[in-house]
Amino acid sequence: MTPLSSRPASSPVGQSIPHESAALHVTGRALYTDDLWVRTHGVLHAHPVQAPHAHALVTRLHTAPALEVPGVVRVLTADDVPGVNDAGAKLDEPLFPSEVMFFGHAVCWVLGESLEAARLGALAVEVDYEPLPSIVTVRQAIEAESFQGGQPRLERGDVDARLAAAAHVFSGELDLAGQEHFYLETQCALAHVDEAGQVFVQSSTQHPTETQDIVAHVLGLASHAVTVQCLRMGGGFGGKEMQPHGYAAVAALGATLTGRPVRLRLTRSQDITMTGKRHGFHAQWRAGFDEAGHLLALDATLTSDGGWSLDLSEPVLARALCHVDNAYWIPDVRVNGRIAKTHKTSQTAFRGFGGPQGMLVVEDVLGRCAPRLGIDPSELRRVNFYRAGQQTPYGQTVRHPERAVTCWEQVLTDGGVAARAAQIASFNAAHVHTKRALALTPVKFGISFNFTAFNQAGALVHVYKDGSVLVNHGGTEMGQGLHTKMLQVAATTLGVPLSSVRLAPTRTDKVPNTSATAASSGADLNGAAVKDACEQILDRLRPVASERLGVPVDAVVFAGGTVGVTGGEQVVAWGDLVSQAYYQRVQLWAAGFYRTEGLHWDSTRMHGSPFKYFSYGAAATEVEVDGFTGAYRLRRVDIVHDVGDSLSALVDIGQIEGGFVQGAGWLTLEDLRWDESHTPARGRLATASASTYKLPSFSEMPEVFNVALLERAHEDGVVYGSKAVGEPPLMLAISVREALRQAAAAFGPPGTSVELASPATPEAVFWAVRRARGDGGLPQTAPLVEGGLGVVPEQPDATARPLHPRSEQLARQTGAGD
Amino acid sequence: MTRINVTVDGVRYSDEVEPRTLLVQYLREGLGKTGTVVGCDTSNCGACTVHLDGTSVKSCNVLAVQADGHEVTTIEGLATDGELHPVQRAFHETHALQCGYCTPGMIMQACDLLKENADPSEQEIREGLEGNLCRCTGYHNIVKAVQQAAKDLSSQAVGS
Ligand code: FES
Ligand code: FES
Repeated sequence: MTPLSSRPASSPVGQSIPHESAALHVTGRALYTDDLWVRTHGVLHAHPVQAPHAHALVTRLHTAPALEVPGVVRVLTADDVPGVNDAGAKLDEPLFPSEVMFFGHAVCWVLGESLEAARLGALAVEVDYEPLPSIVTVRQAIEAESFQGGQPRLERGDVDARLAAAAHVFSGELDLAGQEHFYLETQCALAHVDEAGQVFVQSSTQHPTETQDIVAHVLGLASHAVTVQCLRMGGGFGGKEMQPHGYAAVAALGATLTGRPVRLRLTRSQDITMTGKRHGFHAQWRAGFDEAGHLLALDATLTSDGGWSLDLSEPVLARALCHVDNAYWIPDVRVNGRIAKTHKTSQTAFRGFGGPQGMLVVEDVLGRCAPRLGIDPSELRRVNFYRAGQQTPYGQTVRHPERAVTCWEQVLTDGGVAARAAQIASFNAAHVHTKRALALTPVKFGISFNFTAFNQAGALVHVYKDGSVLVNHGGTEMGQGLHTKMLQVAATTLGVPLSSVRLAPTRTDKVPNTSATAASSGADLNGAAVKDACEQILDRLRPVASERLGVPVDAVVFAGGTVGVTGGEQVVAWGDLVSQAYYQRVQLWAAGFYRTEGLHWDSTRMHGSPFKYFSYGAAATEVEVDGFTGAYRLRRVDIVHDVGDSLSALVDIGQIEGGFVQGAGWLTLEDLRWDESHTPARGRLATASASTYKLPSFSEMPEVFNVALLERAHEDGVVYGSKAVGEPPLMLAISVREALRQAAAAFGPPGTSVELASPATPEAVFWAVRRARGDGGLPQTAPLVEGGLGVVPEQPDATARPLHPRSEQLARQTGAGD
Repeated sequence: MTRINVTVDGVRYSDEVEPRTLLVQYLREGLGKTGTVVGCDTSNCGACTVHLDGTSVKSCNVLAVQADGHEVTTIEGLATDGELHPVQRAFHETHALQCGYCTPGMIMQACDLLKENADPSEQEIREGLEGNLCRCTGYHNIVKAVQQAAKDLSSQAVGS
């Protein structure tokens, strides 16, 4: 066991404790960014002027009328930008655009004494547009060859030869929809400038360092002149990884130009119409199986809907390609990826970060092919699981593949699946218009940022003279319980009670150069950095204790708020020792640092070992579908998930439950509809509020919901033996979609293979049932074809450049890329 | 401008407001009661739920003038003498929150539900909170919290 992962007995780590801010949340005292302006004097409010076209040139921008509106103070336009007019790190997202790239794109911002004044001012701004042709679907983009960014290819073996020799070859297509984050707190920033010109931005951001970078480049300042703080977020889910930067920059620009604090908070409809979402994907695939159902080869081309700018589309696509295997061994693989450029919001990170989309492709393949192969879908999945020693298509040896099996078998047992399958069969035999089905799906999800350089973190731990401890770290809190875990890590390492440790808000002037709190890596990275800082402090305290207690330095043990030797009688209280150390002029604070070792990734070749480890899980979902309407219920869900040795079980189980429900929302309820007509409303998001965009609510909860953590799951080499938890459980919800597919199939004759749209809304299930019943006249949009004459995944142009994100180019230039 | 007299969390206020001011705006911007938050603007999410004369309302969907002469309780006025209300305590203990943004509204709605039905079934809890959205928790622990609070409240009632 490595020192990083070994855990002392009865430590704060591993205790099921409430969320660090729970007491503030239940009393309404917890502050979010938009609660701050109410407590601030002389604040101005910002309101956007949103363009009513999917694609257009701004031919005239006349702001003077806005200034006539009482209370309007200033209109911010491109001319005001002293630095770089761009909201992103890739320089393809003008903050004040001259070309409108999506319906609702903000062309300028109005500052007012009240939000009302700013809003009326925005209405008064005169903008002339010259509308241009627009692309609003992936399929249109493919037809028009409208792509952006690199076109990665992940390849192993000889797919064509293997397919030619396979006993069964199927092909098909899949369109899968995106998802709105709908964090309950919309994007928000509050900016101040102090007397020396130091800019202070409070932002609801998962990536304070990048928010700082963008604010600095927009203002033409060095990074040290900008400080970003994030108190907490009312949900992030990836939607606050890149998206907050531009809004923070607008607020900061307003504050520097007016000398007054500027608050920018998006209304819900602004947030939905302006911020990026989960990428929808289009996939074409061919898959070969042997007689026993072993997957032999997969040839797929994935096209993501990137929206108008690159944003995080390249790394999202890379992760999608790296998860097309999910938990399955596929000897010969070729997966091509490309990013459609469409006139929509710039799609971005969302919990899972492409992983869910990649996995959905192979699960769709298995779910559709199983009936045609005459194999039970669960059995088909199970026979294809990775075995020890096998490698992923990108060349990483799969560590702990047996954990997928253990999760799977435990779900089968705990869920009483065999008995229920029999009950379902007899229920279905007795009911013509209602059918039930139970589906199991596995998850294997790679943990670490694909891009090696991002796998670093910092912390700053202060021990004050009275023995109390203040922890700063680079991660942000969005509800996932990171701060709770960091308190537990610090208390465990220092051997002090939790009550001695306090957490400070995330700020770029405390811990610089942080990575986004993303990729589920927050606790792994920041936890190791916090532990490092605490250990440095202990190393300095040990000689003090050794002298005081008259014991050898390496016999000193810190535990339970006291310092002594194992089994020894003589102890000194932590606070006393700290005080003594202070008078001996011992440094009582430390900066900790961590970087994940052993990672390697070459995105140009899509090859390497980008992940520290894999997270595993399995879910069994039972549904009941009404054949008349397509309406369905989730009767029962059983989950077993691997979080290593949990740092905080309440928090981890909460993440699994919440992730699963969010995934089920994506796959069954949440339906983004863009206007595809050729009217002036083309490109407008029709589902721009909670009244039209259906989120999971209490009534869609599974009727029975059992979640268990995999036991004996210690993860060597990770902080206190734990594993990441944020993203992987989301993909357990694929079991819901597969159960719906099987239930729809049960309306047809045995062997029916069902094509199911994604999201599988009741409407989509209704059509799936109709097709399963063989009702004539229904168009199959993407029929499953057996044999050679089906879909042939398009192979990208040989001249297309591979994936080579800007961040990697910069790393290469400095020789740090590999 | 219209003058309103309203009692919020036990304190009487008399203020001039524009007739179209929403109650949530008045609470947050006028009185600084930022514990009540706005999630959706369209009365779908329930994050802004408060009690008006003891009954839950979505304060983004009520005008401040409608509260004139009435009593409003927000999440900030629920605890008595520093003692958490049983529903608050249950949400705290059962980890019925993650980002916490939905929590004030959820708690206010749960209180209202338990006032009408002291011993709700799981199904009744789900139906009673249907108008409140949570994007983080998957709702499971929220149901558990309300069940625990119901138990605590009934044992309190027996004990008193
Ligand atoms: S903000 Fe009032 S219901 Fe959502
Ligand atoms: S805890 Fe985040 S919305 Fe409910």
